[in-house]
Amino acid sequence: MGGQRAAVIGVGQTHHRARREDVSIAGLCREAIDRALADAGVGFDDIDAVVVGKAPDLFEGVMMPELYLAEALGAAGKPLLRVHTAGSVGGSTAIVAASLVQAGVHKRVLTVAFEKQSESNAMWALSVPVPFIMPVHAGAGGYFAPHVRSYIRRSGAPAHVGAIVAAKDRQNALRNPYAHLRNEGTTVESVLESQMLWDPIRYDETCPSSDGACALVIADEDTARAADSPAWIHATAMRSEPTTAAGRDQVNPAAGREAAAALWRDAGITDPLEEIDAAEIYVPFSWFEPMWLENLGFTAPGEGWKLTESGATALDGTLPVNASGGVLSSNPIGASGMLRFAEAALQVRGRAGEHQVDGCRRALGHAYGGGSQFFAMWVVGAEPI
Amino acid sequence: MAETLQAPITVSFDYTRSTGPVLGAFLGGLRDRVVLGGRTSDGRVVVPPPEFDPATHEQVSELVPVAAEGEVVSWTWVPEPVAAQPLDRPFAWVLVRLDGADSTFLHALDVASADDVETGMRVRVRWADERAGAITDIACFEPSHAPPVEEVAQQPSRNQGAGGEPVTGVVTPVALDYTYAASPEESAFYRALADGRVVGQRCPVCRKVYVPPRGACPVDGVPTTEEVELPDTGTVTTFCIVNVPFLGQRIQPPYVSAYVLLDGADIAFLHLIQGIPADEVRMGLRVRAVWRPREEWSTTIENISHFEPTSEPDADYATIEGHL
Repeated sequence: MGGQRAAVIGVGQTHHRARREDVSIAGLCREAIDRALADAGVGFDDIDAVVVGKAPDLFEGVMMPELYLAEALGAAGKPLLRVHTAGSVGGSTAIVAASLVQAGVHKRVLTVAFEKQSESNAMWALSVPVPFIMPVHAGAGGYFAPHVRSYIRRSGAPAHVGAIVAAKDRQNALRNPYAHLRNEGTTVESVLESQMLWDPIRYDETCPSSDGACALVIADEDTARAADSPAWIHATAMRSEPTTAAGRDQVNPAAGREAAAALWRDAGITDPLEEIDAAEIYVPFSWFEPMWLENLGFTAPGEGWKLTESGATALDGTLPVNASGGVLSSNPIGASGMLRFAEAALQVRGRAGEHQVDGCRRALGHAYGGGSQFFAMWVVGAEPI
Repeated sequence: MAETLQAPITVSFDYTRSTGPVLGAFLGGLRDRVVLGGRTSDGRVVVPPPEFDPATHEQVSELVPVAAEGEVVSWTWVPEPVAAQPLDRPFAWVLVRLDGADSTFLHALDVASADDVETGMRVRVRWADERAGAITDIACFEPSHAPPVEEVAQQPSRNQGAGGEPVTGVVTPVALDYTYAASPEESAFYRALADGRVVGQRCPVCRKVYVPPRGACPVDGVPTTEEVELPDTGTVTTFCIVNVPFLGQRIQPPYVSAYVLLDGADIAFLHLIQGIPADEVRMGLRVRAVWRPREEWSTTIENISHFEPTSEPDADYATIEGHL
């Protein structure tokens, strides 16, 4: 990959909750930002630029929030950019921030992503009836459920694999003090007994609606070398594709496959299953774990569910996936992608606390958005590449 | 070319806003007829108070009452007010510097004509009769003949409106009225539906048939102009059973939302499956359109009430595998 070295030197996030009525959107962002700055040991005066991301405007009903957030984000007198890529926005926002450092434009960039789902209704926002069109849309779950059904049919996966993922991520969340859901006692059996919402997706296989924010400080090599345990950015990749096209593979989208291939190449990785120690993958509905394991190239097509079923993706497995509890346990949509990138950084910094993966040296952060049409991902490592 | 089809669409929602401590105190003050400003690190008093100081980035903690009257610093005339503006008759937008404040505040001034407004004129708040702790507690401004207020009576307070509880949240209804315009290709599709026909278009490069047709093939980026009339029979590629109710939903759950691949088409579209128990719907199910009575037809996909099973055997998986 071209460009100068860059690293994450500060990570901050809020305690994700269903409702944070005690803070404004600005105050929510500041909780994450203040923690990231303290973690990095820098102040606002050390920041050269700010990059902000959030989910689509209809989700919170705030047009161009970057306008009124400028002073809260400490952006007065500095470049302030906003990134839009639907649910993958947290990931692509971090990548845009990283690129400003890798390009040598700035030395220290603050990036933040947020969502206050309690102020709106994402299900409604994703299902606004359009004239002339059949009103059968039913939110994100309604959109993705048919593709999950296709995956199950195509791969021949047993029906309980989704429940394995849900139970694993909910158990992992108990180790993460920032996680929203704290559902003790979630088991494969209890997930399978939960209500069928968007058949074949059950209630316990869906993500919650969360209020939360995440922030990162990304710095150049000189700054990073002076910092405590930086997470070096080995490679980043983003790809997009049309929402619908004849013959488009909605189960294993080409954009995701191509982004992953470029990512592994640029990170010097030939066998991701062997060389990646922990993965934070955007899994808003449980079945997307095996689907994305295949899309990312950790397994051959049709084999992802076998990795999940084998226990390899558990916290003590060979490829722990979503040790933080993942999107299934905390979903402030605009921030969810950045949380994946942040958790990957925490793992290689050895700062993940109770959900630390032992000996983690290289980790993946991944996000997707829209109708599986935007992909953003990075590899971070404990050593510079 | 015939004009494209258009239809009104209103997107509206009552969003809630958590105000946070600073704006919450400001709004709580308005309920008690007190206007609070925030003192920023440069010593200025800013109204409404910013939540964070633009220089130090700390939360603004010193809130000070300012007068409910002041001076017009600049203005513009609004000859034709639109819905949801503070006044339903012609008015002026004014930037008011309240006595005791160092910044200006945008609001409406209630005067009969533009001749009644001038920079430097004195104005005062006209409070709403019923106040709820919202910016609308200030109904508007009106001309005043009182001299400037030298000393504001109330004592400074920290993070609390003088004599009032801070507001924690407000409801902000948002409504956007659009005219939705279908593309020329979609318009042709919907007009054909009004005649009981299904018309797609073929890409001249990849030869794929798109239904509904697009302005351009999403893969090849070229216009798709060759019309292809399609039958109203097809195959369910994949589907979801929607059991979850939600705001704005127009079909009573549970219902089957399915991708239907019409015979001769290369892309499936979403529609409703009925005439079969939901738990018996399957990938590969052969279906036909059930049309509403002809007198109910218009230019919409809803002319097709739903799809129902034909008596044919299921399609082979191989025929739908490339459409998932």
